[in-house]
Amino acid sequence: MARKISMKQAINEALDQEMTRDPSVIVMGEDIVGGAGAGGERDAWGGVLGVTKGLYAKHGDRLLDTPLSESAYIGAAIGAACCGMRPVAELMFIDFMGVCFDQIYNQAAKFRYMFGGKAETPVVIRTMVGAGFRAAAQHSQMLTPLFAHIPGLKVVCPATPYDTKGLLIQSIRDNDPVIFCEHKNLYGLEGDVPPTPYTIPLGEANVVREGKSCSIVTYGLMVHRATEAATALAKEGVDCEVVDLRTLSPLDIDTVIESVEKTGRLVCVDEANPRCSIAADVSAQVAQRAFDSLTAQIEMVTAPHTPVPFSPVLEDLYIPSAGQIADAVRRTMKGGRQ
Amino acid sequence: MTAAITAIVMPKWGLSMKEGTVNAWLVEEGAQITVGVPILEVETDKIANVVEAADAGTLRRKVAPAGETLPVKALLGVLAEPDVPEQDIDAFIAGYVAPVETESDADTAAESAYQFIEVAGLRLRYARRGSAPPVVLFIHGFGGDLDNWLFNLDALAQSNTVLALDLPGHGQSDPRLPGAKLEDLARFVARFLDVVGVKSAHVVGHSMGGAISAQLALDAPGKVDSVSLIASAGLGPEINTGYIEGFVSAQSRRELKPMIEQLFADPGLVTRQLLDDLLKYKRLDGVTEVLTELSRAQFGGGVQSAQPGRRLGETGKRVLVVWGAEDRIIPATHASHAPTGASVKVIEGAGHMVQMEKASEVNALLKKHIAG
Repeated sequence: MARKISMKQAINEALDQEMTRDPSVIVMGEDIVGGAGAGGERDAWGGVLGVTKGLYAKHGDRLLDTPLSESAYIGAAIGAACCGMRPVAELMFIDFMGVCFDQIYNQAAKFRYMFGGKAETPVVIRTMVGAGFRAAAQHSQMLTPLFAHIPGLKVVCPATPYDTKGLLIQSIRDNDPVIFCEHKNLYGLEGDVPPTPYTIPLGEANVVREGKSCSIVTYGLMVHRATEAATALAKEGVDCEVVDLRTLSPLDIDTVIESVEKTGRLVCVDEANPRCSIAADVSAQVAQRAFDSLTAQIEMVTAPHTPVPFSPVLEDLYIPSAGQIADAVRRTMKGGRQ
Repeated sequence: MTAAITAIVMPKWGLSMKEGTVNAWLVEEGAQITVGVPILEVETDKIANVVEAADAGTLRRKVAPAGETLPVKALLGVLAEPDVPEQDIDAFIAGYVAPVETESDADTAAESAYQFIEVAGLRLRYARRGSAPPVVLFIHGFGGDLDNWLFNLDALAQSNTVLALDLPGHGQSDPRLPGAKLEDLARFVARFLDVVGVKSAHVVGHSMGGAISAQLALDAPGKVDSVSLIASAGLGPEINTGYIEGFVSAQSRRELKPMIEQLFADPGLVTRQLLDDLLKYKRLDGVTEVLTELSRAQFGGGVQSAQPGRRLGETGKRVLVVWGAEDRIIPATHASHAPTGASVKVIEGAGHMVQMEKASEVNALLKKHIAG
């Protein structure tokens, strides 16, 4: 029977079950084992926020504590993937991708194409994204658009524990490199998760709330803000549909377009900075493919084009709120053709 | 004199239902209502259905307007004789207090009403309701689960002990099979009855569950008191293999929706939640393999490989056959293959899921059949 577990537990369970099922799955990263194996306490740490806690006791040396050198161990994970392993590398914060970006975008993403389809790179890079953690500009970014831009990478960003487990298992079984983005402020979120392993296909959006007035398209933490906005708007008689993209590359634009064809209105919500964001991408594709269905201007709700502020007051203002989303929906309800 | 006033309340369909939305009223204030008349349509997160009158009287007041979402047991309308004064009706409405069911109560109820048990090495989910003899066993169809009996279990539990199981590889039972042939599944159901300590039961089967019921009656006649076959497999060769293949291969909601719509005469009954629940089941490791193996064994080559229902006459069991006239999975014409002496009812305006679409009619037929 489904029971409620947190998103953090859902990640741990997905890793545990895939390591049990498939001996080629290995897990590597900074402090993911922690003290264990290094003369310290056996159950120490399990990653910076304890996501991999307990796995070392079950799977031993298939969890590798790496040096604090992202370029070295992400490169090693990608190399191992080319040689038949299925590594899941934890790269603490997406903000640190810069130091190993060559390995990701110019190596892993290209192998399938440059080696005539003969090379596969089944690597998963798990990484924390998002603001709200009081961790300042270098540990809080939503850099999902950077990775969605690169052909050859798959980019996933789940919003619920159920989706997290199914998408992570699918990512591990997938034969391409996957950037698996975990919002750090959702780690504690609890939800129903079946104990049996299961998969959710990459590239399938989820309509989390059906409505007729306006489509709100988003992903990650913003799914919850959008749902909150939709609940508030329902009291005003505005019936919003909320689409959770779940996977940013490949992007399920068909589900978005189906939704806009029904509602005639679109609000794209993205915690990333606005320029060249997922919101901008979705808006452009809808404007091109469903122009005749639109009865109002497309609205975007994003973070401002600034780094994430350290001041808690400013950080809270930086992250798109349910109120801002509701205001954007109200603008589409007023604007445009009748 | 509140005795002359009767409340129409939000029904509880299945264990997980907490609230419902009034879609539309089907009768006007002042209308004379008899028992069984459809009064209004209610939509839950799983399915929409009509609420039928449980009592007779004049509809004096529609309390809940269309579009309103209300908790289970909330007051929807008031029945009373025409001579009951308006102020008594007002007082009744003002004084009505819906019993509150908290979320944790509902969760606890759901947990205790579903039970898990090990049968022949497989973990199995089942539900048990009611306590009066005799026992009625419900067996769902291919790709289904015990919630396919959402509108039937409670009605039958009023005067029987009701058992319903998730077959192996289905619902929340282990995604493995004890064998894919009808004989294997019938043997497994017989073991289930042994394990839960039931000597014999009136067996009600839907679709593939009907074929299993018939097989059980042939192989273990001592365990079967009577057989009820609902839109049943095992009565003829034809089956919509396009549906079977489409259901097995569907990975996304977009692929699954047109398949599931074929199950109902009214495709509008298929809700997002219904599809979500099915997808959650289909995505479990092992389920696609189970469904593929079952469909090959039972419907391989485009026809039903075994038709035990046609041999039920040999058993001497009482047989009830019910079909939805608009069944697009197994043709309703198979009802004519029922054994001599069987009660046969083909219900208009219903598809393959006739026990959901015309629940009260099916429940009445089942009650009558089981009571003998």
